[in-house]
Amino acid sequence: MSDHITKGLVYGLALVGVAAGTMLTVVGLRQSTERPPIVGVQRGFRGTGMDQIYNPRTLALLAAQAKVPRSLPPANPAGVRAAVAYKNVQVLGNLSVGQFTRLMVSITNWVAPKQGCSYCHNVKNMAWDGLYTKIVARRMIQMTQNVNGNWQSHVQNVGVTCYTCHGGNPVPKNIWFNAPPPRLAGGMAEVTSGMAHPTAAINMASLPYDPFTPYLEQAVNIRVQPQTALNEGSVSTIKQTEWTYALMIHFSQSLGVNCTYCHNSRAFSDWSQSSPARVNAWYGIRMVRDLNNNYLDSLKGVFPDYRKGPMGDNAKVNCATCHQGLYKPLYGVSMLTTFKTELGGPPLNATAVQDGLNKPAGGPATNTTPNPIPDTPPAPQPPAAAPGDQAKPGTPLQ
Amino acid sequence: MAEYQNILTRLQVRGPIYAGTPLEGNAAFGRGGVPGFNHLFGRLGDAQVGPIYLGTVGLAALICGFIAFEIIGLNMWASVGWDPVQFLRQLPWLALEPPAPSYGLHFPPLAQGGWWLMAGFFLTTSIILWWVRVYRRARALGLGTHTAWAFGAAIWLYLVLGFIRPLLVGSWSEAVPFGIFPHLDWTAAFSLRYGNLFYNPFHMLSIAFLYGSTLLFAMHAATILATSRFGAERELEQIADRGTAFERGGLFWRWTMGFCATAESIHRWAWWFAILCPLTGGMGILLSGTVVDNWYLWGQHHGLVPVYPPTWGTVIDPSTLPGAPK
Repeated sequence: MSDHITKGLVYGLALVGVAAGTMLTVVGLRQSTERPPIVGVQRGFRGTGMDQIYNPRTLALLAAQAKVPRSLPPANPAGVRAAVAYKNVQVLGNLSVGQFTRLMVSITNWVAPKQGCSYCHNVKNMAWDGLYTKIVARRMIQMTQNVNGNWQSHVQNVGVTCYTCHGGNPVPKNIWFNAPPPRLAGGMAEVTSGMAHPTAAINMASLPYDPFTPYLEQAVNIRVQPQTALNEGSVSTIKQTEWTYALMIHFSQSLGVNCTYCHNSRAFSDWSQSSPARVNAWYGIRMVRDLNNNYLDSLKGVFPDYRKGPMGDNAKVNCATCHQGLYKPLYGVSMLTTFKTELGGPPLNATAVQDGLNKPAGGPATNTTPNPIPDTPPAPQPPAAAPGDQAKPGTPLQ
Repeated sequence: MAEYQNILTRLQVRGPIYAGTPLEGNAAFGRGGVPGFNHLFGRLGDAQVGPIYLGTVGLAALICGFIAFEIIGLNMWASVGWDPVQFLRQLPWLALEPPAPSYGLHFPPLAQGGWWLMAGFFLTTSIILWWVRVYRRARALGLGTHTAWAFGAAIWLYLVLGFIRPLLVGSWSEAVPFGIFPHLDWTAAFSLRYGNLFYNPFHMLSIAFLYGSTLLFAMHAATILATSRFGAERELEQIADRGTAFERGGLFWRWTMGFCATAESIHRWAWWFAILCPLTGGMGILLSGTVVDNWYLWGQHHGLVPVYPPTWGTVIDPSTLPGAPK
């Protein structure tokens, strides 16, 4: 009798154990893995693991989100200037009325398609500056011109428009604020070290949860690896490395790429083994700092409280704001092509305005069949020397 | 009669309750606990549970370990504002971090790393007391002290990571945080900071001994299980005698790979592989930051690093170009 009870107990316990174990395994697998297939794309010398790993399902989702809207037909650049025709046109006064109207309609489509003109304007008095959205929009137009005009080191000829970040949303989907400290108990208990709380922005690592404030708003040094084999007094610390690591995870997440998209992971800091994309990213960091400090943070007192972060700061940009999971925003399709005059860059000089129709200046990349996978090493950036070791799609490198 | 013929133990080792050999000397504590039998334990090993010898040192080790556990756990719980749900949800991420680099080797305030130092002190004390207990229990039973020294190898690695290396580089902040994911992320950051640990030859040795240990363990365990039908689990007489199950196991390996360990030497193999894993690993950690600062560059200097044809042409650090933005 008691033997039966023992046996029952044993099998019961075993069953509970098996069930609990299975559940833990399933949860663990769901958290840490994804369902195949996995596509590996070789981007470096064979056997070195310089690969990009993709899941076609994820790519299909991202590609579906990266729909590029059709641009309005170009407007006549001749005729009365907007500054003459309308009141209070501070930034775009040099455009023709046609160009100006086309841009305004485009901005509505890009930023506030549901809300319409009244999202920024008092429709009875379009010149009125009373809505905060109008002040912000004006500054954002200047920001876009700054990106296209001064940061070609990052955006190249593809450039950006309002749609790149906004994608039809009044507030871009991927923004960030200075992180508030976690809910601490206070008293004698440990104060926050800025890490060890899971955040999606850094792929749920137990690393610093706000690497953006020091690196993308402030300009704290990102480089941690010493450049000498033996100890010659490098002062970087492991804790500092954890902050850099968190920032790099954000890069990887935002672009949907592995570390090896930019780095040779055997020597992360070595530029001579890095891909040209790393140069592009380096300029991107500087660009984002410029945008956060001189455009977004500069809008002090403009945003209402409900648009501010928990620390009272304005929304800011990081890599994900434009890239949204793609190695190039909108897979490198340029929407700027027909908006060169309007958003191409400051200062708008008279000749540019007189130049007639918006000719794409300098052969911008108008890639109409976007390739979701950067399967070939991109053309070398500065300096332009390219040894004939380029990979062909589908052909393994020698 | 039941036999060891399966991967899982089918034999319940269940004799009369046995208290063990008498204690020698004047122990402050005796053996405690009412011995009994447990069927489940019998499926895994000997069915008798208890009595246990705790002793003064064992008790002190448990108390110190409990204090460390409480300091770590309560600080983690405090870091989510005493929210029990968040404590459970975020537990794998939560940490008790060492002080900031600015504190060097000074004693920081409790909230800024002091708790970490204190947890480290009690955990270290607990571990070392437990080592003493292992040593003394072995001696009391008239055994060799191999277990204590094997445990000592693990303690060496633990001390290098959390105490010796931080002392040498002059900063508690270099030590490992307490926490499940935090200590793993720390490990990755360590390798990144010191220029890729894969080029550290002691790291290589440690990995060789780690994988070697699992291989040896599998070979030995498989041999014993495979020969248990001939009574190989009765090791003592098997070691010396001819024609035993052990000799058969030895023959298997001699015919398979030309060489075989003996029933005695296989355990020396296993012991050395196991203790060399943390021993060499600790050396590799100890040299990082004290002597070598970038293992990749060190490996390059010593011809460890293969050179591959370039893929992208020359890529230059843009910060070195004239007029580069800051």
